[in-house]
Amino acid sequence: MVQDMRLIELKGISKSFDGTEALSSVDLYIRKCEFITLLGPSGCGKTTMLRIIGGFEFPTTGQVLFEGQDITNVPPYRRRVNTVFQKYALFPHMNVFDNVAFGLTLKEAGELVPESRRARNFVDAWILKLQHRRALKKEIATRVNRMLRLVKMNGYEKRSVDSLSGGQQQRIAIARALINEPEVLLLDEPLGALDLKLRREMQLELKAMQQKLGITFIYVTHDQEEALTMSDTVVVMNNGRIQQIGDPKSIYDEPKNAFVADFIGESNIFDARMIRDYRVAFCGREFECVDAGFGEDQPVDVVVRPEDWALGEAGKGALDGVVESTIFKGVHYEMMIRLDSGEVCKAHSTVMENVGSRVSLSVVPFNIHIMKKMAAEPPSGEAMEA
Amino acid sequence: MKKAFKSAYLALVLLFLYAPIAVMIALSFNASKSRAVWGGFSLTWYAQLFDSPEIMQALQVTLTVAVLATLVATVIGSLGAIGIHAMKSGRANALINLSYLSMTTPDIATGVSLMLMFVFMKIPLGWGTMLMAHIAFDTPYVLFSVLPKLRQMNPSTYEAALDLGCKPGKALRKVILPQIMPGIVTGALLSFTMSLDDFVISYFTSNTDQNLSMIVYSAARRGIEPTIYALSTLMFLVVLILLVVINKRSSLEDVS
Repeated sequence: MVQDMRLIELKGISKSFDGTEALSSVDLYIRKCEFITLLGPSGCGKTTMLRIIGGFEFPTTGQVLFEGQDITNVPPYRRRVNTVFQKYALFPHMNVFDNVAFGLTLKEAGELVPESRRARNFVDAWILKLQHRRALKKEIATRVNRMLRLVKMNGYEKRSVDSLSGGQQQRIAIARALINEPEVLLLDEPLGALDLKLRREMQLELKAMQQKLGITFIYVTHDQEEALTMSDTVVVMNNGRIQQIGDPKSIYDEPKNAFVADFIGESNIFDARMIRDYRVAFCGREFECVDAGFGEDQPVDVVVRPEDWALGEAGKGALDGVVESTIFKGVHYEMMIRLDSGEVCKAHSTVMENVGSRVSLSVVPFNIHIMKKMAAEPPSGEAMEA
Repeated sequence: MKKAFKSAYLALVLLFLYAPIAVMIALSFNASKSRAVWGGFSLTWYAQLFDSPEIMQALQVTLTVAVLATLVATVIGSLGAIGIHAMKSGRANALINLSYLSMTTPDIATGVSLMLMFVFMKIPLGWGTMLMAHIAFDTPYVLFSVLPKLRQMNPSTYEAALDLGCKPGKALRKVILPQIMPGIVTGALLSFTMSLDDFVISYFTSNTDQNLSMIVYSAARRGIEPTIYALSTLMFLVVLILLVVINKRSSLEDVS
């Protein structure tokens, strides 16, 4: 695996639809064999970005490079990229076999099965042609079967696609897209229509498939858990802009701004003031922290994950408050606690505290994440597009 | 009681609608030339029909015009539907309403205006102008049979075809056409039916060549012959069969 090989590069991509900006000057590169996820709420521009890579939309400004070559205006049928569409888009007038074989039937015959030898005369040419046609048919069948085995759908060749369940159609859509052996597979919320259990199974299967085939997957989803489970790299997007790029762990542990913190997992975000390096004030108290470089006496945002709070007896922790609600979540209880300073915060604990009881909350410096204040953005631009 | 009244009412309606046709069909098998006397069952009038060069000539005109008009209208209508489907909704709606308008315009207005146009353009009225007129009134029927099929189609299937390596023309042939084919066939059948039994527009747009409806009309003016009953009966049956086929097709599609 070539680690730093830039397979696809987006340079200053912007895209407007009738004056509405869906993407504004996006820069991104995608490495070979990477599983990269574009994550964000609906209308954040992630699907537009995927469609630009697939060749279904052309950017208003900017460039798309594939192995260093400009493919900005190359049509989809000349790109070494294949797509798994949101609603699968299987061909309803063909059976499973023909759907999967579709990409192969479009190739030049000689590309699949080389001509065995030159014809000596016209009778020989005719015989060769027949032989070649038979070999071609066999080769296509072999490849389709290999693909169907990969997605565990062998035996369904003759079925009509309408008779398949959502999960099975999904598998056929993946097989159809992979048969041309693309360098990159684009997946547009492919698991969106499946139930939770099947989703979880398919997540692991897709990841395994990607590692086995060694090709690049570009995956679009609005499900943060899915993104964190499968990806090598997560790109968090909002309002047509990239908010943060990183591996799942760094995105979760060190969100760059309040949007990312809020979108990835549950979190408490407080208005805070950086007093000096390693010292931050929020909820009416000063805390020690591990961050520096924000300047002195600067407004910042602070994130504390619900699972990072330690609950204790009132008066014995950093902050005191009253439990307002308790919900059993299976592994833990989720409690909403109103602090004496007025803020409400969410805490997870395996021990239940009764509603109305006074508790204290503490957090170790390492779990206090400090972020720059976000620049003011128009409120909920995605709601308008959706 | 209420139920009996309902059925009686329905029977009455059907009687008024179909009794005249039933009488005509009965008379076409009447051996006697009189409309009042039943002279026994006979196929003489049908035999005479096929002996009449005038009627055979008209049959030829009717069939060639219907077949050619159907072919051309099917191509124009299907491509038009694909184009309209790809347009933004404002322009698409404008075109759809214009096409509706041409379908709802009274035949007489369409006929007279087409005739005026041909005369103005100094095209002699005959077989060719009749064909052009038929293409004009057939096209919207194809358009409105194909459009719903396009709307039902998952638009991503076209993109999927491009994605897998089809150029746009091939994607149209291999992926879009097969999916909208039922609509195209229904539209073609409708066009053929409309062309077969058209009288008003044909009457105004052709002088030299007559189709079957025009023959029936001019024969009736000379004093009606029982051969005309036989001819009308045959036309009625052909159109009836075509309409039954079209209805069967669309109800089958609704099920699937």
